[in-house]
Amino acid sequence: MLNETMSSLRAAKRRALVCYVTAGHPDPARSVALVQGIAAAGADVIELGVPFSDPVADGPVIQGSSQMALEAGMTLQKTLELAAATRVRVPLVLFSYLNPLLAAGPNVLQQAKDSGISGLLVTDLPVGADPEREAWIGKGPLSFVRLVAPTTPTNRMKQIASHGSGFVYLISRLGVTGERSDVSVDLPGTVERLRSVCALPICVGFGVSSAAQARAVANMADGVVVGSALVRIAERSVDEAVAFVRSLRSAIDAA
Amino acid sequence: MTAATHDTGRFGPFGGQYVPETLIPALDELTAAYDAAMRDTRFTSVLDEMLATYVGRPSALTEAPNFSAHIGARVLLKREDLNHTGAHKINNALAQALLAKRMGKQRIIAETGAGQHGVATATACARLGLDCVVYMGEEDMRRQALNVFRMKLMGAEVVPVTSGTRTLKDATSEAIRDWVGTCDHSYYIIGSVVGPAPYPRMVRDFQAIIGREARAQVLERAGKLPTSVVACIGGGSNAMGVFHAFVPDTGVELVGVEAAGKGLETGEHSASLACGKPGVLHGAMSYLLQDASGQVYPAHSVSAGLDYPGVGPEHSWLKDSGRATYVSCTDADALNGFGLLARLEGVIPALETAHAVAWIAAQRGRWAADDVVLLCVSGRGDKDVAQVAQMDTFSA
Ligand SMILES: Cc1ncc(COP(=O)(O)O)c(C=O)c1O
Repeated sequence: MLNETMSSLRAAKRRALVCYVTAGHPDPARSVALVQGIAAAGADVIELGVPFSDPVADGPVIQGSSQMALEAGMTLQKTLELAAATRVRVPLVLFSYLNPLLAAGPNVLQQAKDSGISGLLVTDLPVGADPEREAWIGKGPLSFVRLVAPTTPTNRMKQIASHGSGFVYLISRLGVTGERSDVSVDLPGTVERLRSVCALPICVGFGVSSAAQARAVANMADGVVVGSALVRIAERSVDEAVAFVRSLRSAIDAA
Repeated sequence: MTAATHDTGRFGPFGGQYVPETLIPALDELTAAYDAAMRDTRFTSVLDEMLATYVGRPSALTEAPNFSAHIGARVLLKREDLNHTGAHKINNALAQALLAKRMGKQRIIAETGAGQHGVATATACARLGLDCVVYMGEEDMRRQALNVFRMKLMGAEVVPVTSGTRTLKDATSEAIRDWVGTCDHSYYIIGSVVGPAPYPRMVRDFQAIIGREARAQVLERAGKLPTSVVACIGGGSNAMGVFHAFVPDTGVELVGVEAAGKGLETGEHSASLACGKPGVLHGAMSYLLQDASGQVYPAHSVSAGLDYPGVGPEHSWLKDSGRATYVSCTDADALNGFGLLARLEGVIPALETAHAVAWIAAQRGRWAADDVVLLCVSGRGDKDVAQVAQMDTFSA
């Protein structure tokens, strides 16, 4: 479903709005309402973060949300139940660290599929790091979204693009997740470099925190990922988070 | 994979590079720079010279006649506590700081638990004129206030870590997060044989001088190899350092002593090899304390340097391949070991080392009288006396 959504957006020359939320945050019940609200507000893809005790790629906002979710008893298994309970039509992408997936065992990919998940992104499984486990995911029922960083050399970008599906997630700048006040000046060059070796749609994330930034990014990439800003607002109010997604949608469509 | 510089850095199924993509090019750069430096005598001769004249190597091999009588075998102490800054950590910190300088990285990041690696890194940075930022759990800053002062005295910035368990695990996560954002100009000096490749191999190589020296010293002193080599295990760097030269000597028993904390049955311990399952933390696959859903368990140990839920991947491999044996001692055992070596030999060991002392002490009758037991005294206990004095007051 993720692949189809991305190609029909491309055919319609529309930019994808990808929204990240942490499963079980701010609490399990509101988390379901949040996903449903975001889907209704115009998100094209929703990334569902699996809370992990040691999120080394995340800044304070997503760390805090994971901590809250864990304290509320969230696990990978419960994340899948939550995904199923949302019954949304937009594709859901599981955003996880590797260890919870390994602990869940080989059937977890099919279970995820059965829960309505269509893609998987693993923060700490870069291309080439573990061919056996990458093959497990790559041959499984989910689209396997891979990450590219600003530090990634062009020949490696090519390799990454050929090992992924759905879209390629381009990290907009050095650093962990978190809000930033501006878009990196190097971003257009990195997008172009990636574009030259990658046929998949390119979605840009990390640091995109306002409608204005989302529009700027939408002008150069196929999609925009918004995470920390949304998580921070959702902690205060689900309604405000949904309104924020609506504003992102109009900003991107105006790009 | 085809990428020529890609070092998957495996020890059997353990190790690897499970890191955010941003760090892969930085790790490739580090691997290439490390391998080139080790082939370059201009690098190795500067390192050797500093190990001799700044660290004070070779470290002594000390007879322990009273402890030997106590257990009924000949115990020899490899005195890493006599190094500059008081622990084995300087062997690695100094070498990596030299490598950072060679790579043109001016800003150094480190994590620390007991503070010994932080102090060693701050020391090397002061000497080499590098900027130094040390991440330390808030709980450990309290337990090891003296070391915090020493780091600041040498010009390092000590950043308190308030996330998670506020100990070594979270300090390491925070150091990695810093590096993800600054890897273009910062160098991360990791303090043990943990983390993504090439760190476990590189840190082992920099610590292997312990075993190389000790093996030659024991042969000269006793005319034979030791029966057993014993070291404590936090991340496992002093143990890998002393084990490495003996791995091919299959007749030599290698024993790693983990922290059993309040007892393995209580769940409050740091015995990853004894009680963990393979998993991924901080970039490597290794034995890991975790729950059924793959969340990392908070570790516990009275000694901040052993208080870590993971362990270096090479130890996981030495365990599974049967080459090394891993045992454990509780907080209470370690406190006894601390006092025992002080009383019997006039050597106050670090609380970390005290775990290995305590395990040997409990093995009376295990060895023949002329067997040689080599104990790696990874550090001195000065940093721990205030904490132990306070606990004695409580229990009195
Ligand atoms: C004196 C001493 N020994 C041992 C350790 C544990 O580390 P490792 O297992 O890497 O030697 C530490 C860590 O801080 C230490 O300070």
